[in-house]
Amino acid sequence: MTQESETGHPATVDLAAEYEASGVGEVMRELDEALIGLAPVKQRIRETAALLLVDKARRDMGLAQDTPTLHMSFTGNPGTGKTTVARMMSGLLHRLGYVRKGHLVTVTRDDLVGQYIGHTAPKTKEVLKKAMGGVLFIDEAYYLYKPDNERDYGQEAIEILLQVMENNRDDLVVIMAGYADKMDKFFSANPGFRSRIAHHIDFPDYTDEELLKIAKSMLDHQNYGLDEAAAKALAEYITLRRRQPHFANARSIRNALDRARLRQANRLFSEAKGPLDAAALSTICEPDIRASRVFKGGLDVDRAARPQAAE
Amino acid sequence: MRITQGCFSFLPDLDDVQITAQIEYCLDKEWAIGVEFTYDPHPRNTYWEMWGNPMFDLRDAKGVMMELDECRKAHPDAYIRINAFDDERGIESVKMSFIVNRPAEEPKIHMQRTDFVDRAQKYAWDVRY
Repeated sequence: MTQESETGHPATVDLAAEYEASGVGEVMRELDEALIGLAPVKQRIRETAALLLVDKARRDMGLAQDTPTLHMSFTGNPGTGKTTVARMMSGLLHRLGYVRKGHLVTVTRDDLVGQYIGHTAPKTKEVLKKAMGGVLFIDEAYYLYKPDNERDYGQEAIEILLQVMENNRDDLVVIMAGYADKMDKFFSANPGFRSRIAHHIDFPDYTDEELLKIAKSMLDHQNYGLDEAAAKALAEYITLRRRQPHFANARSIRNALDRARLRQANRLFSEAKGPLDAAALSTICEPDIRASRVFKGGLDVDRAARPQAAE
Repeated sequence: MRITQGCFSFLPDLDDVQITAQIEYCLDKEWAIGVEFTYDPHPRNTYWEMWGNPMFDLRDAKGVMMELDECRKAHPDAYIRINAFDDERGIESVKMSFIVNRPAEEPKIHMQRTDFVDRAQKYAWDVRY
């Protein structure tokens, strides 16, 4: 038991101590270190964390009773780190005691909406039951609503979701993610969601420099490195790739690096005459990157579909 | 007559907080939870009706409590029990089972005696509301 005043509530609170004790500081540091760029997102999360920390202190003192609405929407282009941030967010909410278990359940329309009458409700409920005590992350949430088909079962899933978002605010937090423009349309067609979602966080696209940094850290994690010429080639690659269709920020970079590793392996295999050292095995050279189709005027649509399907 | 089957049945009925705590214990052990109900609590009636599918991969007891609430709403006068199934190899059976709902008025278990050959007696029991 901690020291308490006569009303059973603590009389003072040390926010800084609370910040460290709850482990929020740790999550915020991880957020800063693990994520490159995304300054506005980090700022919003820091603000949200501060709000939640103060709110928790207020509830401990008996100044507030209700659980604040924590449902969020993450908008941004593909590959801007929405899922990664959602995972950190669930850790953050868990440490602050707003969700009991702190696991993340990632779903898309297919997991929620059924294929025939009477199939949707059990399917949605199944997912919600699994997400209880944690965070439900609905990727591409706008697909739930298809205005052109009035018999679409998505509406049923939406109604169940809305009900649970309202009644089980203590039990789970829903994060909806998707492209900004489509999410806007989705929210204006379903005003119920807009009023139940308190935090809208927008994920900006990465700049070229940030993408290059991300590429380097991705390679670092896998114990690979770029030589100087390759780094220059990769920088050019990023500039070119951005102008081509189906550009998915960090995800495109990850796919490009996977293919570069493939070419590197192939090059080593066909060119190596003697034994190779560790440096040779873990260095990606210029030709591995220059061989990309991006440098040859780019991908047409069905060629672009292949690297995306392969992820 | 109070039906006593499974865990805790000689104790006063568990309230929802206690049920939640028991389910948390089961989920901690990674057992799958099933909700079942019956109007025939005869001890030989092993297989009760299933309320939905058994729930695998749950992390929090709230998911089970939602199902239990719905089952109670649909069958307020039924016996409802919670089964916790352990899928570990070599066990693969229900490890814990307890009653979480009883009708306001419980049935009697009635004994029937029958005469048999050579003045022998045969006994049978049935549940009577």
